Amino acid sequence: MSRFVRAVALGPELRVPMFEHGLCAGFPSPADDFLEDAVDVARLLITNPPATFLWRVDGDSMQDAGIFDRDILVVDRSLEPRDRDVVVAIVNGERSLKRLSLAGRPRLAFANRRLPDFEAPELAEIELWGVVTWNLHRLRAVRP
Amino acid sequence: MTERSFALIDGNSFYCSCERVFDPKLATRPVIVLSNNDGCAIARTSEAKALGIKMGDPFFKIRDLCRRERIAVYSSNYTLYGDMSRRMGWIYESWAREVETYSIDESFLDLSNFRLSERAELARDLRATVLRWTGVPTCVGIGPTKTLAKAANAMAKKDPEARGVVDLTDPAERQARLDRFHVSDVWGVGPRSWAKMEALGIKTAGDLARMDPRQIRMKFTVVGERTLHELRGVTCIDLETVVPQRKGIAVTRSFGRPVTTLEGLIEAVASHAFRAGEKLRRHGLAATHLSVFAHSNLHNGDPHFSAGATEDLIEATSDGLALIAAASRGARRLWPPRGAKLAKAGVILDDLVRADHAPAALIGGRDREKADRMMAAVDAVNARFGRGAIISAAAGMKMPWATKFEMRSPRYTTRVDELPVARAG
Repeated sequence: MSRFVRAVALGPELRVPMFEHGLCAGFPSPADDFLEDAVDVARLLITNPPATFLWRVDGDSMQDAGIFDRDILVVDRSLEPRDRDVVVAIVNGERSLKRLSLAGRPRLAFANRRLPDFEAPELAEIELWGVVTWNLHRLRAVRP
Repeated sequence: MTERSFALIDGNSFYCSCERVFDPKLATRPVIVLSNNDGCAIARTSEAKALGIKMGDPFFKIRDLCRRERIAVYSSNYTLYGDMSRRMGWIYESWAREVETYSIDESFLDLSNFRLSERAELARDLRATVLRWTGVPTCVGIGPTKTLAKAANAMAKKDPEARGVVDLTDPAERQARLDRFHVSDVWGVGPRSWAKMEALGIKTAGDLARMDPRQIRMKFTVVGERTLHELRGVTCIDLETVVPQRKGIAVTRSFGRPVTTLEGLIEAVASHAFRAGEKLRRHGLAATHLSVFAHSNLHNGDPHFSAGATEDLIEATSDGLALIAAASRGARRLWPPRGAKLAKAGVILDDLVRADHAPAALIGGRDREKADRMMAAVDAVNARFGRGAIISAAAGMKMPWATKFEMRSPRYTTRVDELPVARAG
């Protein structure tokens, strides 16, 4: 008989227990010495809390980067942008999602083969708001 | 010799700056934020100030001006401002050994353990970090006393050459700057004492500092004398002193032992709320919002946790019971701390109004469960502090009267259905 490890959700965070087996009264559990804290998803996703913000994706221009419409992004403002980073970029005051290219002249690009290359408007004012570190993409549809 | 050094750091047009972080279109527009019920302007960007909008201008009087000049007008979004404030506080805590959250956008830092020559540079680095990490521009004032740090901060705001930091540690520089600083702008000098000071020929902070302390004490009590000494660089007001002012009151304490239970947290914030209520009543003020925050020790390797929750109070109040109820609601909302040990918790009261000017709310049906929760919190406070005689009044009633926030921006950082949106297309 196979036995499933049960994940127990307590409050908004997810606790993933490392063990599940019955405890015998009177005998110490052999697992006691090996107990560790449950994996904390928030700590995994957020390494610098004061600088980390969540953003919502609107559109499909970043599909090839694995980012889809309505996904939730983890954005860290404290990181130095690197070549190939996905960034929240402010282009002429518009909040947008782009791939940053630092090879040669700094450039912003879509990540979608079906779209023409992104061309920033002439003399556009561009500001990098933050670097995207994780994408939260829901695989199981919300029950209607 | 260990000479004291304080810094006051605060957000520039803080509420407006928070709005600008998430709506970059506002970067080139004047922005104002209105008080509760969209009554009057309580925050203005420099562009809005330049257009003649004054602090406290009633909205109905400036509505046409706002439309004509394309001024972006927002209802106050305390949930957002509270969260941004908490983020900034977290940054301060990792820079300075002691931090006093003075109001939602102002904190005193103890810089005594840094070398004299390092402090201004440190302040510049801190400004740059806060700007980059949170998007909020700040100014820093440094001085051997809190009164001087506060004055230095005001100077930094007005002097573009200061690049956001003024340091009044050096006596010669202090003298020169205080002689150009109007005495009415000095922390702790109210309008009434200012008028009396003018009559004595005291025009600048420098004039006040040169007065005979005994004469000042006679005319302005020990409070005036203390301000004089502070302006001379003698520390009279320490960090722990919580001084209420128009913008807000904060009561914050580190726990003697880490707190790991909700009951423990509620007990702590309830007593903070109770204390804050005492301060409110002493100064004839009432609060319309209450924020609770708690965080873990950031330096000892414990799991990181920092959370805050802002509760609207049904009506402006200084009632200890209502404040305690709001504080325990806030504590429940920010619970659980994901296994972290809480090292510190606090209560911040915002948007203070004169108690005798506070509008009354309509009374609705009594909410038993809420009342029970509240009494439990009150009992916890009484048991712990041996204080009795808390008078139960209209607190805990369910009010069908809700605050109006018609032009409020999304609660970008605390609601998953109100996150900022990045266009991908």
